[in-house]
Amino acid sequence: MATRRIDKETTSEIVRHFGTRADMLVQILQAIVMRYGWVPEETIRQLADEVNLSRADVFGVVTYYHDFRTEPPGNHIVKVCQAEACQAMGSRALTKHARKALGANLHETNDDVTLEPVYCLGNCACAPAVMIDGKTHGRVNPARFDELVGAMKDSR
Amino acid sequence: MKPRSKIYVPRETSSISVGADDVALGIAREAKRTGTSIELIRNGSRGATWLEPLVEVEVDGTRIAYGSVSASDVPGIFAAGLVDGGEHPRRLGPVMEIDYLARQDRWTFWRCGLIDPLSLDDFRAHKGFSALEKAFGDGADAVLDAVSDSGLRGRGGAGFPTGIKWRTVAATAADQKYIACNADEGDSGTFSDRMLMEGDPLGLIESMAIAGFAVGASKGYIYLRSEYPLTHSILSRALDVARDTGWLGTNIQDSGFDFDIELHLGAGSYVCGEETAMLESLEGKKGIVRYKPPLPAHEGLFGKPTAVNNVVTLGSVPNIVNLGAERYARMGVNRSKGTLAFQLAGNIKRGGLVEKSFGLPLRELIEDWGGGTASGRPVKAVQVGGPLGAYLTAAQLDMPLDYEAFIEIGAMIGHGGIVVFDDTVDMAQQARFAMEFCAIESCGKCTPCRIGSTRGVEVIDRMIAGENREENYDLLVELCDTMEGASLCAMGGMTPYPVRSVLQHFAEDFASSGDKP
Repeated sequence: MATRRIDKETTSEIVRHFGTRADMLVQILQAIVMRYGWVPEETIRQLADEVNLSRADVFGVVTYYHDFRTEPPGNHIVKVCQAEACQAMGSRALTKHARKALGANLHETNDDVTLEPVYCLGNCACAPAVMIDGKTHGRVNPARFDELVGAMKDSR
Repeated sequence: MKPRSKIYVPRETSSISVGADDVALGIAREAKRTGTSIELIRNGSRGATWLEPLVEVEVDGTRIAYGSVSASDVPGIFAAGLVDGGEHPRRLGPVMEIDYLARQDRWTFWRCGLIDPLSLDDFRAHKGFSALEKAFGDGADAVLDAVSDSGLRGRGGAGFPTGIKWRTVAATAADQKYIACNADEGDSGTFSDRMLMEGDPLGLIESMAIAGFAVGASKGYIYLRSEYPLTHSILSRALDVARDTGWLGTNIQDSGFDFDIELHLGAGSYVCGEETAMLESLEGKKGIVRYKPPLPAHEGLFGKPTAVNNVVTLGSVPNIVNLGAERYARMGVNRSKGTLAFQLAGNIKRGGLVEKSFGLPLRELIEDWGGGTASGRPVKAVQVGGPLGAYLTAAQLDMPLDYEAFIEIGAMIGHGGIVVFDDTVDMAQQARFAMEFCAIESCGKCTPCRIGSTRGVEVIDRMIAGENREENYDLLVELCDTMEGASLCAMGGMTPYPVRSVLQHFAEDFASSGDKP
């Protein structure tokens, strides 16, 4: 995974990549999250300065969108789809299983793994679906979930 | 020397989610091991998702399919003579003779799965950019006429006539206009935008250029949801291909027309699929819904006239330009003209994408194409049109798929997602989820949506717990009316649809709901 060290110069580079434009704030934050995994308070302050917005403006955008975490996640992120097509194929039971297997509730981190809900991965004909570290998997039953999580942990 | 055999393995989210990358790797490995000369092409999906990973090999100009291939099948299929289309239990025969695909009306998705999505040559060999060239020759007015006459309506869900929208943008004077492609496909049960962008990304670029040419816009935006990382990678590369070959940029192919596209990522907000929230997000802000008027066609992105269109809407245009509006308008029924890419999802045996003319009964899709439930149990409910769509009962499945017919019974076709549930579903929990989802995703602008959704969850919880069930029933009906009447967009305005449908058809589930939250 990308380095998680928060670095002012890296943040500035990302801002410059998007033309130092306030109207690119959502794109900038998306790049920040891809790089750091989350949006730290110090980055909010720096972004506000650099794109000439108030801290409240930036904070508002950060907290509006689900993707922009304000807490550092684990090194691995497991998302389990909670939407209807996956519900029809047992995602509620799968979510329970995931919580038990990972020792974390939704939005929690345990053993460096963050468990999150997601509302549709567009894999609805292969439900239930999960996303592990950015890769979508389909037809996931509890046994397959354990396999995938095992492979994820082996990749450390 | 024998020419290299062309073998196709989809690079498409669903196919990869069930092992296509491993299959492709296995095929490359077997070819190397056996000294077989192959050309491995990563195509889009044909849409028979239940058969993924679906491998095809071209034999004497015919594509032979092997379905549900796993990595462990590959050595065996190779040994059985894959490159010659050899017999094997996974062999399905010529791909276009697979009943599921053969009986579709592929107007918008015809290239999807057929071509190498990132090869300009392959795209050009399959009419790629020919509609844009024809548009340049015919002129903008002819394109506007064709789109209007075709009867094409917005496929994102609202069903607004595309021709009227485009004419409005074209008629509004401004120094800058925009095309904003809504690729924030957030409805559960839908994946047609994704499939089209992964399988025919250059087709979307062509479609947006045609739209830009027709309305006088020199810049386009694609707002793609972040849940689709593979789509992002494929689209980015397709945009590079188009730019590098002069199909995007200034003076496209010496036509005098300038057009370029910026690809933006969403950030996990469902409401950003609503057009004005999407525009806010494209401007770098919170995705909060705007009042209308002004319509985006008058004052949209950065206050400029903007044609906001869904991916599939745009994707339907090149063939309308090429084959004529009349051909399109001949398909379908009543005011629902042309085709819709229906998506069979949830508890269904043969899930996937079925592009058909409007008018067929829902039952035909679910039974003939879908083969009933995956579990083999009876169908109890079907949600059509995403999380804001009503739940239909098994008795309502003879409804013809027609925008107006659905509206009449308080339902909607929306983006064409069809999610099937078997008889183990607890509909009280589904009603609760509709409210819960609204509470999670509401942008917060309208009080009935922001607060009402949370109150809705609480009322439903009380009903499930058996507290004053009748009074709470009335309260929930009243809450639904308030949300519907006093919310700006469909988030608060249509969350009542699935809830009401549960109250109307599945009320007994409130008493029996076992899985208490």
